[in-house]
Amino acid sequence: MSTVTRPAPGVGAAPAAERAARLRRVARDPIVIAGAVTVALVVVGELVSPGFAGWGQIVNMLRVASFLGVVAAGQTIVILSGGGGIDLSVGKVATFAAIVGSRIMQGDDAGVVAGVVVPLAACALIGLGNGLGVTLLRIPPFVMTLGMTGVVYGLIMVYTNGRADGRAAPALTTLVNGELVLGLPGVLFLWAAIAVLVTWLLRRTTFGWRLFAVGASPEAAELSGVPVRRTVILAYVAGSVFAGLGGLLLVGYTESVMLNLADDYTMPAIAAVIIGGTLAAGGVGGYLGTAVGAVTLTVLTSLLTTLDIGSAWRTVVNGVVLVALLSFYGRQKRLRA
Amino acid sequence: MTDIVPAGRGRAAGQDRLAGLVAAVRQARMSTWMVVALLVVAVAANASVQSNFFTPYAMTSTTATLVPLVLVALAQAVVVIGGGIDLSIGASVTVASVTAVVVMDGREDRLLVGALVAIAVGAACGLVNGLIIALLRLQPIIVTFATSSVFAGAALLVLPTPGGSVPATITRGYRDTLLGVPAGAWLLLATLALWFLLSRTRLVRHVYAVGGDPVASYASLIPVARVQVLSYVLCGALGGVAAVALLANSGSGDPFVGLGMTLDSVAAVVIGGIALSGGRGSGVGAVAGAITLALIENSIFFADVPTNYRPLVSGVVIIAALALSAFTMTDRRRRR
Repeated sequence: MSTVTRPAPGVGAAPAAERAARLRRVARDPIVIAGAVTVALVVVGELVSPGFAGWGQIVNMLRVASFLGVVAAGQTIVILSGGGGIDLSVGKVATFAAIVGSRIMQGDDAGVVAGVVVPLAACALIGLGNGLGVTLLRIPPFVMTLGMTGVVYGLIMVYTNGRADGRAAPALTTLVNGELVLGLPGVLFLWAAIAVLVTWLLRRTTFGWRLFAVGASPEAAELSGVPVRRTVILAYVAGSVFAGLGGLLLVGYTESVMLNLADDYTMPAIAAVIIGGTLAAGGVGGYLGTAVGAVTLTVLTSLLTTLDIGSAWRTVVNGVVLVALLSFYGRQKRLRA
Repeated sequence: MTDIVPAGRGRAAGQDRLAGLVAAVRQARMSTWMVVALLVVAVAANASVQSNFFTPYAMTSTTATLVPLVLVALAQAVVVIGGGIDLSIGASVTVASVTAVVVMDGREDRLLVGALVAIAVGAACGLVNGLIIALLRLQPIIVTFATSSVFAGAALLVLPTPGGSVPATITRGYRDTLLGVPAGAWLLLATLALWFLLSRTRLVRHVYAVGGDPVASYASLIPVARVQVLSYVLCGALGGVAAVALLANSGSGDPFVGLGMTLDSVAAVVIGGIALSGGRGSGVGAVAGAITLALIENSIFFADVPTNYRPLVSGVVIIAALALSAFTMTDRRRRR
């Protein structure tokens, strides 16, 4: 990036300049930066603690990243919808899905279908609530989804009476913890399938096109005949459904459920989306970056855990690295244009 | 009351004052009236479920717990009006309070120093946020989320476990009454007076301008970056004051004490009719919004709602309050 030379005059200059420009574009691509930072973190980990970059370790980190990655898929769609779109309820919604799912499954494969479908349907209703609040009641997404977090917590308390029970079905646990092919757990293949699905949804379907149009400019989209409200509502429904799916996968990993199982996934999910290069203002971005961002954050957390520097320093370093990472490309335009 | 209302400066005639007042009332946004209405409803609801609500004892206790959140909401209001948001305010309050506890160490002679340290630490946290946001031009929501992690970690380094004590004078004084009015109520009035003074400063007028339209502000020779930095410093300093109030209320330090206040403060400013897009609203709204929010929780506690149903009821009521407040907020830009 820094070694870009001025194109020499004469014949052959154009391709060189073009190549330099392409190189510069690649070097500024958030996905490339996040990927490079991830690799650097793995290398640092291997240096300070040999074995950090071992195959088993890497597979395990990817497995843990998959829960965040799936939750952040929904967050990507919500943030792309623009207008300050953000979903602060994803952590609680994921916990809610895990609690409902494990109570239905009760550690038995017979209940696995109902244990997945029922919680996801409930999550879709929660997302519908978010979407209606944002569009019809005109509540800013930040506080609407914050309020919904309180409501979902309330639902959890009413549903469980303050005590979570039930277990994940063995089929779900095997999907997440067992090895499917080449020593890789099934959840990684599922995550890859979701990545393809979400990318297809965003790039090749009417919904995806409308989502980008609304995110870039709701006024222009509306005037072009895009059903703005419906698109935004669907984005929030998708946000909650993916959050619920992430929660169900997480309970497959932990097997038993806690009242605050996935609560801490909200802010990392947002961070993964932004690290992946999706604009917080909406309208620009995609899922591949988010998936890489989820891996980056997971590797960072594992590295900090490995370093054994105490939880206080761990939170401090986590924040500092996040700011440093974002300062690479999250910057906005100067006013003096 | 609301945005910059051109007052008839220099012409002190009473008639002009009256005309100015009428203009102010006319210009006051619908949402400012909505939060006043919500506040009245919340007080009425609370009084009806809590029979001793208006007794001095209950008033002392209610206002004592209110003051910290009100101060944090006012702090949040400053940056939100400036077009930003501070997700680290809870962590800033926490690190300010634990540092003050460590400095005070229960000694009466260090009371003032401790309070000043709390405000300085809060302002320093704000300075960090402001510099990163204004100079690196990163999005406030992400920056302050990241710095909240830094500040929360710092709080744990300063005071790893709950403990320490503050001088007895401040905890006693905080629950005292003056002229028959609880100290907490005086502090709420003082907070409103503080906003009244702040809103007349050039800085806060510039904050409104920058929040409303940064490009136009820049073109009008407003030092946008400096205003942004100073708005976060002011926010942090107010958080420091909130930290002192928290200490006066609880009497000891806790490295997690303020973390839950961040999201409450954002909800409070929105209930208070402040637009998250910046440039509009008033600190009065933030104060009223914070009191409304706290009274909602309080009423549900005193109403005979079964324990497990309390979070659900409060969540639904808060969304209803947000909806009422947001619905009356007329937006310059057409909403979807």
